[in-house]
Amino acid sequence: MPLTPRPAPHGQEGRAPAESAAPPVRLTGGAVALGGRPVLRGIDLTVAGGDFVALMGANGSGKSTLVRTLVGLLPLGRGGLELFGTDARRFRDWHRVGYVPQRGSAASGVPASVWEVVASGRLTRRRPLRPLTRTDRAAITDALGTVGMADRARDNVAQLSGGQQQRVLIARALAGEPELFFLDEPTAGVDLPHQEALADTLRVLKDRGSTIVLVAHELGPLAPLVDRCVVLRDGRVVRDGGPLTDAEVHLPWHTMLGGGTGHGHGHAPDGAVDHGAPPVLSPFDRPLDSPAPDATEHPR
Amino acid sequence: MTALELLDYPFMQRALIAAVVTGLAAPMVGIFLVQRRLSLMGDGLGHVAVTGIAIGLLTGTSPTWTAVVTAVLGALLIELIRERGRAGGDVALALLFYGGLAGGVLLTGIGGQSAANLQSYLFGSITTISVADVVWTMVLAAFVVVVCLGLSPQLFAVSQDPEFARVAGLRVRLYNVLVAVVAAATVTVAMRTVGLLLVSALMIVPVAASQQLARSFRATLVGAVLVGLVSAVGGLWVSAVASYSARVAPGPTIVLLSLAFFALAWPVGAWSRHRQRLAAPFPDDPYAVEDTDEHDVAGHHDHAHGPACGHQAVPHGDHVDYVHDGHRHAVHGEHYDEH
Repeated sequence: MPLTPRPAPHGQEGRAPAESAAPPVRLTGGAVALGGRPVLRGIDLTVAGGDFVALMGANGSGKSTLVRTLVGLLPLGRGGLELFGTDARRFRDWHRVGYVPQRGSAASGVPASVWEVVASGRLTRRRPLRPLTRTDRAAITDALGTVGMADRARDNVAQLSGGQQQRVLIARALAGEPELFFLDEPTAGVDLPHQEALADTLRVLKDRGSTIVLVAHELGPLAPLVDRCVVLRDGRVVRDGGPLTDAEVHLPWHTMLGGGTGHGHGHAPDGAVDHGAPPVLSPFDRPLDSPAPDATEHPR
Repeated sequence: MTALELLDYPFMQRALIAAVVTGLAAPMVGIFLVQRRLSLMGDGLGHVAVTGIAIGLLTGTSPTWTAVVTAVLGALLIELIRERGRAGGDVALALLFYGGLAGGVLLTGIGGQSAANLQSYLFGSITTISVADVVWTMVLAAFVVVVCLGLSPQLFAVSQDPEFARVAGLRVRLYNVLVAVVAAATVTVAMRTVGLLLVSALMIVPVAASQQLARSFRATLVGAVLVGLVSAVGGLWVSAVASYSARVAPGPTIVLLSLAFFALAWPVGAWSRHRQRLAAPFPDDPYAVEDTDEHDVAGHHDHAHGPACGHQAVPHGDHVDYVHDGHRHAVHGEHYDEH
């Protein structure tokens, strides 16, 4: 049970009422360092139940790092993170969270059918050594239907297009019937018709009352769905408010005004941020985006 | 003498049991190694186990158990190095390959053991396997099969996408270690059958053959186990029958037989993938202008396209395009449109 002073709001299984007191995400004073170098600093982000939040910013602004921290893939260097009112280090209700990683491909070294990949998302609610129940199968079929891939269930994921694979990954997150979704760049490298299909899927989720946190470089067809836009620049939040206005959409990120860093000199304007690490890794080095192994596992 | 009469010999009965057990267990682990793109991990573990065998021979303890222990330690080391840096995974394997093999040969020399003794582990000697070895092989294989089948949804998820699996609340590190330990156990299971230097072949080649034709993980697994079983039993039988006229070692025969399955499956798989690619629907352009005046009529066209006209028919939106000399012809009234 959580040891936080506030009352533990979610002892029960399944969906919590939407008007639940604790917000799905509450990050206060969050700082993240990769390979010893500070990347995110002073991030305060609270996402209320039912919100549709877009995290935006240039490449290297830290938006993906932030999402990876929120789902527990990267350790929080400083600050506090609560998921559904529980300290993230003690959070165990991972079935309430759906994660769609930034990824070009859903395939691996061995053929896997669409159904098998989506079914793996159901593991958040399955105990080991138990067969799939009828409820599990229904949830998987429903997830495939929601993203419009029901007719491709038996196909090999490796033979789908990039946009279709992205939809499979979304269905995988859906299969666990989560309340809170994190999507890391779901529109990257996806053509316009598939972006529109994605927007339709996300609209369905939004109408069901799901909370959605989405990383995007550009919103495109998703723009009408967004309730709130958080813009990151060089690891800090420079804007947190309603949807971007048309004028703001066309501003280059590095000129975005806000209560941010206050000094804009000497930064690479648009490309990836150079974290100053040597480019060659020895077998015993960790890549920069990989967390220290002793600080990563979710406690259980 | 027929193949069935061969089974009257107790050593052949033991060999057959060892072959069945190995052919069953090895591909079940191998599929998870292939899925992680760690096909050579079994090889690395086999080399590390050589040192374990040498330690067993040197100290007079059971080489099977010293091999299990060193292979498990090697597996944990590989997993540790892999976790700390994806970039160095193959280098780590190489380090273990050479360290394990060199250590084993060195220790065998120090112990004054004959080279033939080590060789029976390097290349397998399924026909000299003892009753105790058969029993332990069966116990280890049972462990491998139970873990691989019982936890297959979890192991699939962890191998398919480790990051997603972690967010899903799976203990990824535990399952990684489990796969490594099971792989190490398999190495010792297959050690007497095909030998440490060929162990990886029985884990990987059946999977490689099976995935040529399979579209799903489950089909790949079933196919790989079938190929593994048929190769192991068939290779043993071929070598036993052939041994009347020549010295045919069972280990290499088993491996070559599984490679033969791959050689058969690969062209069939390549052909069917090619066919699938040709028949894949053309993307439907949702922004196409629905303007009947705006179409490109194919030139002089005597040939009538139809279901069996010999031209590839490809779905395109609500109709079918026929691929004709690099053009895409769609029926439009009395003529064909260029699509």
